[in-house]
Amino acid sequence: MTYYEEDDLQRFSEVGKHRPDLFEKFMTWYQACQEDGALSRREKALIGLAVAHALQCPYCIDSYSQSCLESGSNMEQMTEAIHMASAIRGGASLIHGLQAHKSVNKVSM
Amino acid sequence: MPQALPIVERAPKHLRAPISFEGKLAAHGIELRASVVNTLQINVGKLCNQACKHCHVDASPTRTEIMTPETAEQVIAAVQKFRFATVDITGGAPELNPSFRYLVRESRALGSHVIVRHNLTVMYQRGQEDLPEFFRDHSLEVVSSLPYFLEQQTDAQRGHGVFDKSVEALQRLNAVGYGMEGTGLVLNIVYNPVGAFLPPPQTSIEADFKYELMTRHGISFNHLFTITNMPIKRFLDYLRRSGNEERYMQKLVEAFNPTTIEGLMCRNLVSVDWTGKLYDCDFNQMLELGVAQSLPQTIGEFDPEKFSSRGIMTGPHCFGCTAGSGSSCGGAVAP
Repeated sequence: MTYYEEDDLQRFSEVGKHRPDLFEKFMTWYQACQEDGALSRREKALIGLAVAHALQCPYCIDSYSQSCLESGSNMEQMTEAIHMASAIRGGASLIHGLQAHKSVNKVSM
Repeated sequence: MPQALPIVERAPKHLRAPISFEGKLAAHGIELRASVVNTLQINVGKLCNQACKHCHVDASPTRTEIMTPETAEQVIAAVQKFRFATVDITGGAPELNPSFRYLVRESRALGSHVIVRHNLTVMYQRGQEDLPEFFRDHSLEVVSSLPYFLEQQTDAQRGHGVFDKSVEALQRLNAVGYGMEGTGLVLNIVYNPVGAFLPPPQTSIEADFKYELMTRHGISFNHLFTITNMPIKRFLDYLRRSGNEERYMQKLVEAFNPTTIEGLMCRNLVSVDWTGKLYDCDFNQMLELGVAQSLPQTIGEFDPEKFSSRGIMTGPHCFGCTAGSGSSCGGAVAP
């Protein structure tokens, strides 16, 4: 037994068993976000993949890897998107080094 | 209310789908019948110089099932008698059949538009070096598979070294005028996903191919056709080995698009195999799922009136042609 199971992705709608009105609102919004707009479906799928990695959500990584392939992206493009997410995560951690510096400086002579 | 369907469901060996194709059509109130037959698709056999991982024919250099000259003559007799608007020649690599050039010459002389399903690398086989000129001299439409515009993906599906040879072959076809503006010589490319996923939208991936092939290799072509990998034969073996069969079939069923039905290739063509036997499509042919028993079974007995409006033989593999934007020999069939 693991906390994350691949088949659970197909069972996502079961979350709507309680308060289906809220789940329905979420799904309407979620699906509208995927459509072609000022950004293409392909660009949106790459953003989804990057965010999925930043959040480290295995369901989202699985889902958006497929979406990227099916919207025409290749592994080079997908890997660049993952690096972008990772670099921003890394940078976001690193910039907090200033907090540490300030904290240390405050109590240092 | 769904109407009674003239469809016979016969599952390919072991293929599993969460719902039958017939049931899905019925749920949408759709009746799948042929329209006017205007295309004769000739599969001259399973011999090929390649052994692609997704091949629905299971073709390879070791296959010996090829059309004899006698059967080719029967096929041409049918073309002469019924004047098919289009003759679509496939295989294997159809050029390796000794009757290939006979079929082309006779079909063209009889006024048919002729399509050849050309794998690009066969022009490097002994005796096939003049294929670009032969295609040009007979004004054939050339339809060639190139799963991706990068080497890694192409070679992963079609074999080591295939990408480089394919690029060179496309350049040779361009050199004799194929895919070039103003020549009237049509060169179309077929995209198959390199794995267990659906093809991207045809217009967007066509734009990518046009840009990438031109900027990287100076190659022009007319159109790109996206074709979904059919869960039969070698691709089904791959799905099973990789543990993807259930997931892929679920994906095909969930992506069922009723608006694809009208444009399905089985509605306008009849498929003949290397022995002269008739089928509703090349996929059914590979599953040995012949036309309905009430119809003539061989090209020698073909009767267009009996084949127009016929009920199409279906199975779970048909979900491959109705998923998303649909899939046919000419690519996507719905927006």
